[in-house]
Amino acid sequence: MTTTDLSHSAAARSEKTHKRHPWVFHAYMAPISLIWIAPMVFVVFVAFRSFADITQNGLGALPHSFSWDGFATVFTGGLVSQALVNSAIVTVFTVFFSLLLSSWAAFALSRYEIPFRRVILLIMLAGNLLPAQILLIPVARITDSLGIADTLFALILVQVAFGLGFYTFVLHGFMRSIPAEIFEAARVDGAGELRVYLTVVLPLTRPSLAALAALATTWVWNDLLWALTVLRTESKFPINAELLNIQGGYVSQWNVVASGALIAAIPTAIVFFVFQKQFVSGLTLGAGK
Amino acid sequence: MRRVPPLIWAFLLVPLAMELAFVFWPAINSFYISLTKWNGVGAPEYVGLKNFQNLAADPIFIQALVNNVYWVIGFGGASVVIGMLLALALNKPRRGVGFYRSAIYLPMVFSLTVTGLFWRLLYAPSGSVNGLLGLLGLGDWQKQWLADPSTALTAVLVAAVWRQCGYIMVLYLAGLKGVDPTLEEAAAVDGASRWQRFWRIVMPQLRGVNAVVFAVTVIDSLRTFDIVWAMTQGGPYNSTQLLSTYMYQTAFTTVNLGYGSAIAVVIFLLAIVFIIGYLARASKTED
Repeated sequence: MTTTDLSHSAAARSEKTHKRHPWVFHAYMAPISLIWIAPMVFVVFVAFRSFADITQNGLGALPHSFSWDGFATVFTGGLVSQALVNSAIVTVFTVFFSLLLSSWAAFALSRYEIPFRRVILLIMLAGNLLPAQILLIPVARITDSLGIADTLFALILVQVAFGLGFYTFVLHGFMRSIPAEIFEAARVDGAGELRVYLTVVLPLTRPSLAALAALATTWVWNDLLWALTVLRTESKFPINAELLNIQGGYVSQWNVVASGALIAAIPTAIVFFVFQKQFVSGLTLGAGK
Repeated sequence: MRRVPPLIWAFLLVPLAMELAFVFWPAINSFYISLTKWNGVGAPEYVGLKNFQNLAADPIFIQALVNNVYWVIGFGGASVVIGMLLALALNKPRRGVGFYRSAIYLPMVFSLTVTGLFWRLLYAPSGSVNGLLGLLGLGDWQKQWLADPSTALTAVLVAAVWRQCGYIMVLYLAGLKGVDPTLEEAAAVDGASRWQRFWRIVMPQLRGVNAVVFAVTVIDSLRTFDIVWAMTQGGPYNSTQLLSTYMYQTAFTTVNLGYGSAIAVVIFLLAIVFIIGYLARASKTED
């Protein structure tokens, strides 16, 4: 505790200490971040080892081989390519419609005298905070009785409905901060509601929408529980549900399991690296700063 | 603010109707189903509070409840403390901070399923956790981490904490931006130690973030499902059974829908206090 920058103080004394001893900071941060990275590196190693290498030298050993066998098996032995397509479809549609519908609701609630609008907003947010368990059984029944059980459409529908409250809440906060004069100016120019929404609200809300889109993409891609609840046929499974099948089918073939996990992880890792700024700001948007 | 035109009503009512149909209506249904005995075929048979009485005497449910309490405290406590310390360490811009932050953030973009599989590899009998212990000369500590009922829950918890710390760190980094540095400088000039400055000056200014982190962590802990499902499915011998996994098994494996709904209602009742806390805070920030 004595050497760490616990207080993150801007006091001159500690500033000087840091300038003199940058190595102190790195001396504890480098091992810590290594602990965070090591599990991922290990999985990458395993994914590219051959099965023979793993059985001979042990799973924990350093690689003695380089092989694509794990990935090849994942794609030939399971329905991974189909699952990736399913995940992509579900993610694209869910994110698009979540943001579209929540931007509508947020626009209505933030700029118009809707009775009880505050209560409505909080109730919508509350829906997103509910533990999903309270919804699972009835949702499975409802999709059954609507005849849409076991379809990607149902999975999209359910996830859009469940996410709406949170996105609406965040976008509402942002839209309220847009100065009223901008809206007045647009109306003086004769713009109707739709025009205002399309030409004023959407462009000005773009940073928030981008942040939420980055966040929502990873959330929807990463879903497991809704997929298990709504879907039954393996050919319709998104990647995370399919991963559990792969694990079940290749229990001791660690290189296959590792390859599958990496394939499921790579798209979200790409979103993270490309949109890190949006992603991080998205996380704090909802935290009620 | 102006009167509400029809298009705007549509803008509000379409999303609202969707949420009512697929969130609130199912939630209300769960309460009713929890009062019935139902295997999904035919009509549910009303049994009053019998499911809840049975829960109180169900050793697996009690175990899941105890495990969940352990989970809230262990997962919540560890990820909040570690996440906050990391935020304090990486708060100020300096060389290397961007890299270290990214390293800590990265696991949080992996799904809990992926995280679970990653750590299954690490915990495997010949995996790197045991390998590392061997290298350190701690061979006696080697275990079948996930197959041993005494270590399985903590092993899953460590994996979940590894992923969660980045998220907590993001929240605290955002909170620390709102901390006034001049107050701390003044206290430093007056001779306050780092420890005093942290508890007396920084912490009180983080009260808002603390409230959010607390509520989010408890709500997340109560609905934790994926990572346990991917790693142990509640086993061995229910040692990693959480309320959510037991609910899922009851509802979808043994198809005891009334009993499963009763567990879901318990989860809801445990979560609702924290949901209301979160909403109260959210409503304040909307002003």
